[in-house]
Amino acid sequence: MFDKILIANRGEIACRVIKTARKMGIKTVAIYSDADKHALHVEMADEAVHIGPPPANQSYIVIDKVMDAIRQTGAQAVHPGYGFLSENPKFAEALEAAGVAFIGPPKGAIEAMGDKITSKKIAQEANVSTVPGYMGLIEDADEAVKISNEIGYPVMIKASAGGGGKGMRIAWNDAEAREGFQSSKNEAASSFGDDRIFIEKFVTQPRHIEIQVLCDAHGNGIYLNERECSIQRRNQKVVEEAPSPFLDEATRKAMGEQSVALAKAVGYTSAGTVEFIVDGDKNFYFLEMNTRLQVEHPVTELITGVDLVEQMIRVANGEPLSMTQDDVKIDGWAIENRLYAEDPYRNFLPSIGRLTRYRPPAEGPLGDGIVRNDTGIFEGGEISMYYDPMIAKLCTWGPNRDAAIETMRNALDSFEVEGIGHNLPFVAAVMDHPKFISGDMTTAFIAEEYPDGFDGVTLGADALKRVAAACAAMNRVAEIRRARISGTLDNHERHVGEDWNVALQGESFDVTIAADHEGSTVRFADGAELRVQGNWTPGDQLARMTVNGDPLVMKVGKISGGFRIRTRGAELKVHVRSPRQAELARQMPEKLPPDTSKMLLCPMPGLIVKVDVEEGDEVQEGQALCTVEAMKMENILRAERKGVVSKINAAAGDSLAVDDVIMEFE
Amino acid sequence: MKDILQELETRRAAARLGGGQKRIEAQHARGKLTARERVELLLDEGSFEEYDMFVTHRCTDFGMEKNRPAGDGVVTGWGTINGRMVYVFSQDFTVLGGSVSATHAMKICKIMDMAMQNGAPVVGINDSGGARIQEGVDSLAGYGEVFQRNIMASGVVPQISVIMGPCAGGAVYSPAMTDFIFMVKDSSYMFVTGPDVVKTVTNEHVTAEELGGASTHTKKSSVADGAFENDVEALAEVRRLVDFLPLNNRQPPPTRPFFDDVDRLEASLDTLVPENPNTPYDMKELILKIADEADFYEIQEDFAKNIITGFIRLEGQTVGVVANQPMVLAGVLDIDSARKAARFVRFCDCFEIPILTLVDVPGFLPGTSQEYNGVIKHGAKLLFAYGEATVPKVTVITRKSYGGAYVVMASKHLRADVNYAWPTSEIAVMGAKGATEIIHRADLGDPDKIAAHTAEYEDRFANPFVAAERGFIDEVIQPRSTRKRVARAFAALRSKQQSMPWKKHDNIPL
Repeated sequence: MFDKILIANRGEIACRVIKTARKMGIKTVAIYSDADKHALHVEMADEAVHIGPPPANQSYIVIDKVMDAIRQTGAQAVHPGYGFLSENPKFAEALEAAGVAFIGPPKGAIEAMGDKITSKKIAQEANVSTVPGYMGLIEDADEAVKISNEIGYPVMIKASAGGGGKGMRIAWNDAEAREGFQSSKNEAASSFGDDRIFIEKFVTQPRHIEIQVLCDAHGNGIYLNERECSIQRRNQKVVEEAPSPFLDEATRKAMGEQSVALAKAVGYTSAGTVEFIVDGDKNFYFLEMNTRLQVEHPVTELITGVDLVEQMIRVANGEPLSMTQDDVKIDGWAIENRLYAEDPYRNFLPSIGRLTRYRPPAEGPLGDGIVRNDTGIFEGGEISMYYDPMIAKLCTWGPNRDAAIETMRNALDSFEVEGIGHNLPFVAAVMDHPKFISGDMTTAFIAEEYPDGFDGVTLGADALKRVAAACAAMNRVAEIRRARISGTLDNHERHVGEDWNVALQGESFDVTIAADHEGSTVRFADGAELRVQGNWTPGDQLARMTVNGDPLVMKVGKISGGFRIRTRGAELKVHVRSPRQAELARQMPEKLPPDTSKMLLCPMPGLIVKVDVEEGDEVQEGQALCTVEAMKMENILRAERKGVVSKINAAAGDSLAVDDVIMEFE
Repeated sequence: MKDILQELETRRAAARLGGGQKRIEAQHARGKLTARERVELLLDEGSFEEYDMFVTHRCTDFGMEKNRPAGDGVVTGWGTINGRMVYVFSQDFTVLGGSVSATHAMKICKIMDMAMQNGAPVVGINDSGGARIQEGVDSLAGYGEVFQRNIMASGVVPQISVIMGPCAGGAVYSPAMTDFIFMVKDSSYMFVTGPDVVKTVTNEHVTAEELGGASTHTKKSSVADGAFENDVEALAEVRRLVDFLPLNNRQPPPTRPFFDDVDRLEASLDTLVPENPNTPYDMKELILKIADEADFYEIQEDFAKNIITGFIRLEGQTVGVVANQPMVLAGVLDIDSARKAARFVRFCDCFEIPILTLVDVPGFLPGTSQEYNGVIKHGAKLLFAYGEATVPKVTVITRKSYGGAYVVMASKHLRADVNYAWPTSEIAVMGAKGATEIIHRADLGDPDKIAAHTAEYEDRFANPFVAAERGFIDEVIQPRSTRKRVARAFAALRSKQQSMPWKKHDNIPL
């Protein structure tokens, strides 16, 4: 076995590889750019080599620099993670020349699968199902109809030069094919000056399902079941699971066997993934093969018990697979949510910066499930602008799909991330979406269910009452503490009452609290009673309560006269007041958000270093507009709200006084 | 006998109705609560003891004798906030527009006298059209009596003003002399002369809101210390503030049970100061991570944001915090920030509230506008305030502490008790580049030499150890342990005694 391996990557995947290497007794070498000097993967590795400035093209993907790091440290093998150099045949070649093992497939396999057309051809030759289509030139409408019949309806008629939906038609019958061919051709000619047309099968109700394969250098290959990755946003996977709620055993077996056949056809070794598109009738078609470890590999590990990184290292070391296809089982269900520093309320705008708070749920058993969190960051660390804004991959396992989802909901509730915007509320919303729960989803799920973006979750009546009851009980604890201040007038201390009003999400509940040593019973005006228990004390930012015995985990913040509560993807301002306070509060006028000026003023005398936007640009709230240097410090001025830049009055190098107008908005 | 008791209830009911149902409705329609509703929200339920409910004015001019409402436009008395005594007056806009008559002022003076004698804060709720013109000089005399009491009470008991309606003309000078002024957005304003007079005299067209609304006074003039969305929120936040304040200058700040670990380590603070010395970071994160339960009551949040002032608790007891904010103007000291912090430091010193100072200051802001407007004297206010303060003073330098600003920010030389520095501190006369260019002026033409000199200067001075060698820094501490170290420092200072030489009073450069 290798004594020392180098991980040519950063972030969570570098950390994840280091964990397995350490378990196997192998020393690890990390590489890092200037931006990652204090990164977790550097901290975790036995050695670390600096390889250059923050941009990846000057550090992580510069083959020479990585090769230098290998020479310096005497690493015998390299794990490339995903992205960066993981599918770069030149890197595999350089390693081979240096006599260093590549923990991945042979160069030839990377090359063969790296090209879309070649890979499809190889797949066809290996009898892997591919999307039927006719790539040649189609002369006229008659030929189009003929080809469409050969492929089978529905078909997609596409312009070769097409893009953005232009010159694209879907046809369900001969008439539509004839008509579609002509209009596609015309549109292509006028839009692209190129009227070449091709036809392929139109996949209805498409789902993204992929097969994990594992091959050794001795001709053995197995498949480790599938992962379903249909929940995607603009082709970026957000939620993945294994197994797929859609596949039956026969389809799984067919897809798995074809995947292994494809891998063998290109002499594949190591772990790889064959991606398919699957239609509503369980017809599956080869899309591409990823010749690396996938981001979402943990779900496969959770249901099979196989450590894929360990297998990759063993295969790279020349060992034969220690298991056969018969050993591969499906044990329970696993879900992965990718947590990104992308603000769902601001159209998923990346939100970089410092994590003032980062407390993931504890890994290990949670209820009848298991939590796993692959991460490369820590509290006080930074989400850098230079790399993928991933915070963590939160995975849960359960004995069945419902249990895995429920464990995920609970894990998300106790996942604390502060300082940056992130998509945690959004994935929490997906976990509660009826379509996701039913397992009946396609790759269009997000586009169809959230066509206008995401504007938060509205809690249902029961959930709302549970939160209201918990907040009433928590507020009572806070009020009693307030009354225990020093300097009170003896014998005239404040008596904290039992009757309260809880206002949240536009609703208002009158409640009466009866507290005892074990908890509080909160009675609502309609007679309903909820029993609240938990050891929340003022200042706790995470409240782990139970309401009528069921867990309720909430992130708790401060607002005037109440709490800011986040749970199940919802964000609520909860006011808890005495009945009289509530009555008077109802008198208060509703205020519209203030109409502040539509200008960006220079907040200090200083020098404009950089203007980040141009006239006519649409900017999102929080987006950097320009940088002003004052007292030798750079201050980034950000948009206070969404808008369009109508006029820019300053340029880099300008020296401005306080309140000079830098730019105006429409 | 029964009839006599009934007579009392009848009179009380009439007095409680103030200016009558119609005017109460008009008050509500403006989004404002009545004087009594406000008192109810300010105080613990059922704790209000009212005085002078039946006081009426004595004016007989202009037919005023025919309109003598009970209470005369102000509700006064005392009650408790979380069980602690406060005196309160609340002007009743529904009664003669809340205008101030001699008797109205007399009622206020009575509770202020009691507050000073009995050692409890005064909360004044202002909602008044101004002087009762019919009374002429009697009304002005009433203002004068209140002003004199504001002055006498200053530094004896905390005085808090809440502006919940108009407050114009001479009336503004009573709140102006209290410790804190809070305003309600959109429904309150303060000015010496109103928009009409402004228009006549200077030909400026300005609305009451622009001239003296909450936004003007919290962002531009710094007259107000905070602004709130509505009456309910404002009064809830005043209650919250009172919980931080001592009842008077003879008592220590209050303590209450706390649910936080005194020894809590915050590993994330080790990375708070960025690698690049020119990159800002948010000092509020440090304040929140030092404080019990991350609870921070900020004063003047919207003004001179390059310095942060406010109250936290450590081990359940109030501590005042002054901190440079590198996010704004690099945390530089200037006229506004020096004035803001100086007043806050003096408040803390008046009322025995220990002061925590967090330092990351590149110096004083240069420029003609600063010099012409007297940065010398304004800067001196903060220096003076720190130097005269005898309360426990603990200072933590996180990064830059340059030049005169180093001395000003509660340095050892101004009798700070415990001075800590993070290892990332740079305590020097100025930044390395500037210093090198002066010391090695002869080598200015040779960039290589200058670079070498700069590196040399950085090595020598861009750290806390030179200051630590001299004892100006008591200890260099790990950022993560700041809460624990600061809390222990204040614990050790609980019995601190320090005095000033006898003087009638000092002559701070006002």
